[in-house]
Amino acid sequence: MSATAALPRRRRVIPGFGITLGATVLWLSLIVLIPLAALFLKASELSLGEFFAILASRRVLHALQLSFSLSLAAAAVNLVFGMLVVWALVRYRFPGRRLLDAIVDIPFALPTAVAGIALTNLYAESGWFGGLLARIGIEVAFTPLGIFVALVFIGLPFVVRTVQPVLEDLEKELEEAAASLGASRFTIVRRVVLPSIVPALLTGFALAFARALGEYGSVIFIAGNLPNVSEIAPLLIVIRLQEFRYADASAIAVVMLVAAFLLLFIINALQRWSEARTGRRL
Amino acid sequence: MQISIRDVTKRFGDFTALDEVRLDIRSGELVALLGPSGSGKTTLLRIVAGFEWPDEGEVQFDGEDALSHSVGERHVGFVFQHYALFRHLTVFENVAFGLRVRPRRYRLGEADIRKRVERLLDLVQLGWLAARYPQQLSGGQRQRVALARALAIEPRVLLLDEPFGALDAKVRKELRRWLRHLHTELHVTSIFVTHDQEEALEVADRVVVMDKGRIQQAGTPQQVYDHPRTPAVHEFIGESIVVPVTIEAGEVRFAGEPLGLDPQGLESGAAQLFARPHDLAIVPSSGEHRLRGVVRRIHGIGPARRVEIALEANNRETLIEVDALRAQPLRVGERVGVKPEQYRLFRAEA
Amino acid sequence: MTVLPHFEIMAGHEALYDMAPARKLQRKLDVRADPPAVKWAIIALTVAFLGIFIVVPLINVFAQAFAKGVRVYLAALADPDALAAIRLTVVVAFSAVVANGVFGLTAAWAIAKFDFRGKNFLITLIDLPFSVSPVIAGLVFVLLFGLQGFAGPWLAAHDIKIVFAVPGIILATIFVTFPFIVRELIPLMQEQGTEEEEAALSLGASGLTTFFRVTLPNVKWALLYGVLICNARAMGEFGAVSVVSGHIRGETNTMPLHIEALYEGYQSAPAFAVASLLALLALVTLVAKTALEKRTNKG
Repeated sequence: MSATAALPRRRRVIPGFGITLGATVLWLSLIVLIPLAALFLKASELSLGEFFAILASRRVLHALQLSFSLSLAAAAVNLVFGMLVVWALVRYRFPGRRLLDAIVDIPFALPTAVAGIALTNLYAESGWFGGLLARIGIEVAFTPLGIFVALVFIGLPFVVRTVQPVLEDLEKELEEAAASLGASRFTIVRRVVLPSIVPALLTGFALAFARALGEYGSVIFIAGNLPNVSEIAPLLIVIRLQEFRYADASAIAVVMLVAAFLLLFIINALQRWSEARTGRRL
Repeated sequence: MQISIRDVTKRFGDFTALDEVRLDIRSGELVALLGPSGSGKTTLLRIVAGFEWPDEGEVQFDGEDALSHSVGERHVGFVFQHYALFRHLTVFENVAFGLRVRPRRYRLGEADIRKRVERLLDLVQLGWLAARYPQQLSGGQRQRVALARALAIEPRVLLLDEPFGALDAKVRKELRRWLRHLHTELHVTSIFVTHDQEEALEVADRVVVMDKGRIQQAGTPQQVYDHPRTPAVHEFIGESIVVPVTIEAGEVRFAGEPLGLDPQGLESGAAQLFARPHDLAIVPSSGEHRLRGVVRRIHGIGPARRVEIALEANNRETLIEVDALRAQPLRVGERVGVKPEQYRLFRAEA
Repeated sequence: MTVLPHFEIMAGHEALYDMAPARKLQRKLDVRADPPAVKWAIIALTVAFLGIFIVVPLINVFAQAFAKGVRVYLAALADPDALAAIRLTVVVAFSAVVANGVFGLTAAWAIAKFDFRGKNFLITLIDLPFSVSPVIAGLVFVLLFGLQGFAGPWLAAHDIKIVFAVPGIILATIFVTFPFIVRELIPLMQEQGTEEEEAALSLGASGLTTFFRVTLPNVKWALLYGVLICNARAMGEFGAVSVVSGHIRGETNTMPLHIEALYEGYQSAPAFAVASLLALLALVTLVAKTALEKRTNKG
């Protein structure tokens, strides 16, 4: 029929699809997917029984429980105070507001080791805060409380930065409408403003929690690192590695990774929920 | 350059955008693809350009298969609705772009490039803006730069996708006239897509009316306006009023009454009478061979007034609009007769 | 929502009409204003919270760095091991930025300019390193390339050292900073669409020419932003690098590791001296970030 019968009809006008997608997938596999697969492969060398035995051992259980509970607590503190901070930054005008806004980003930008030694020094008995607290009998450095403080530090920006755009974009007409219907200020906040930002709040909380779970550098100096007392899960992984007990390390890592992926899934769902609530991408 | 389009079909999933479209475009013609959104006109333009490929069919440039070439190889000049100017380049560099990216062998010297760009900028009367950036220009100016940029490569055909769609009415009118003038000077084969029938009728040598992926009619502006071949064309071009009528025993009837009109070769059955408001005359309601109705509304300023008349048939009302001279005495509520002086009859759609 | 009885509404209006001074009226009219007591309490709490948790620790870094005087500070920085650490950090960060920059541009092109099934899944995969603890990021490379790792024996046989050597550090850093640049590019490139590229192609440009002359200039600020934050993170990475490094002073210690070594060795002032450099880098990055954000009107 026509001489063009052999011509491929499904063509893309912009060139380079095949090669760029191929290169992307290849590089992604080499750097991310294969290494992660190696982890699961190593862990799979254990039988199910061995796997659970490792996890159920006292030291591991304690480390996991410590990491999870302290991360949760720190994220909760960041939820409450983050809410106050973002409210002040978005709703109020006061001298130094812009400076405060920039300060929020510091935990993001500061290397974890630097934060780690700064906090340790600060809360040790010889430090500025540590000295004050020691006088009322509170020990922070080298105890779980120190870990908690470090986790609050690094999780701080997450709630603020996640909620900030949502709060900024909130239409003021909503509040004006509520006021015109007779609602008090407190009612407006409770019934109109807060519900709109709840998904963003929870997303920020989940992000702070996820970050705290895996945190190493900021915590490792201020924690006491005593087994069964103040030893976080990431440290235990490192110790097992140094002992060449790769399988043990992998088992713990797998648990943490699965928890992280679950959190990621939840965070994505929360982000979609927030988008539905406010029509705004998080 | 002559373009042949043969049996071009394009589907997007379940939706058929183009259905076996055939069209010939003569060298040097200025053709308008006119139609409502979804008619397939932009898809057809992009297939000619090389931004899309048809599922079936052929496109030939001067007898040579165009589909086996990429858009760059086809040497077409494309003008986008939203200009697509390179935002990080000056006006001058935008126009020069096509000349700068040529392979070394075919590249002009710097002096020649400069000359050509300056000539083009003068042609579009924007020489004084050469050092500005697109963001600093108005919409009309940007579109002229886009045009100059497309012309810089001396394209075989100029393709414009709703070129004035993003501009406001006054600028649109100016640029319309100006495009026509440009075409007369340069004589490049050109195809432009529009949904504005006034624009198509004013500017084009030939108008191709499209609807639902098919060409409804192709002809000069006069032809499609005076002799529309399908109801879609009649309705899309100019204003239309539609009156449901029946053909019985070789007569055209409305509400059972014969209208004394030529059935135009249609067989017995339901039909539709299409006419333009200015082809209807308002006459006294008594007498035979006329439509009868009541004046509902009279509006409009200027020499002609627009009269809304409700025709009655079987307890259903048909509203039509008729142009009447200012001098003609009419009152709302008055019973009048209407006689079509020029009309088209089409089979009633199922 | 309860409906106020009619007389209560009237009473409220009367209170307004009872002509309070203009300011009281103003405040009553601004429905979004919180009572001043609440407002200042929140501001005070905010300042206190941020001050205690962020500002003071940051100041402490510099305070401790100079605790033993300027001479000790400068000596710490001029120390050969410190210089080696700085050099290594720069090399590693540079490698990570280049690798992730090239990858970022390639991936952003594939994702932003085309439509294909599985795109969202691909993006999720690219984001994975964000969710992985740095220690695990280091662990996986030890599992692959360590002596007892999957590729260990093969590497040993060919006398190639990855783990406990610089290549391992670079790999781990690339992993940790993987998504930074591509995430900055994708939304911008998606927003910019494909029209300018189509225009360039119609004017006869090749694919590569189009990329370098049209696409790249259009994303240059987002690219710079991504490079900036990728670099900052790469230089500061601790956990992942700690696992794959041999902790050999002068050879496989990056600045964060060197800081750790000094601090654990009770050389507090030198540790903080080196740390102050990284803290300065963080501050400079933040300033540059803010400047760039204004440039590109992000958010």
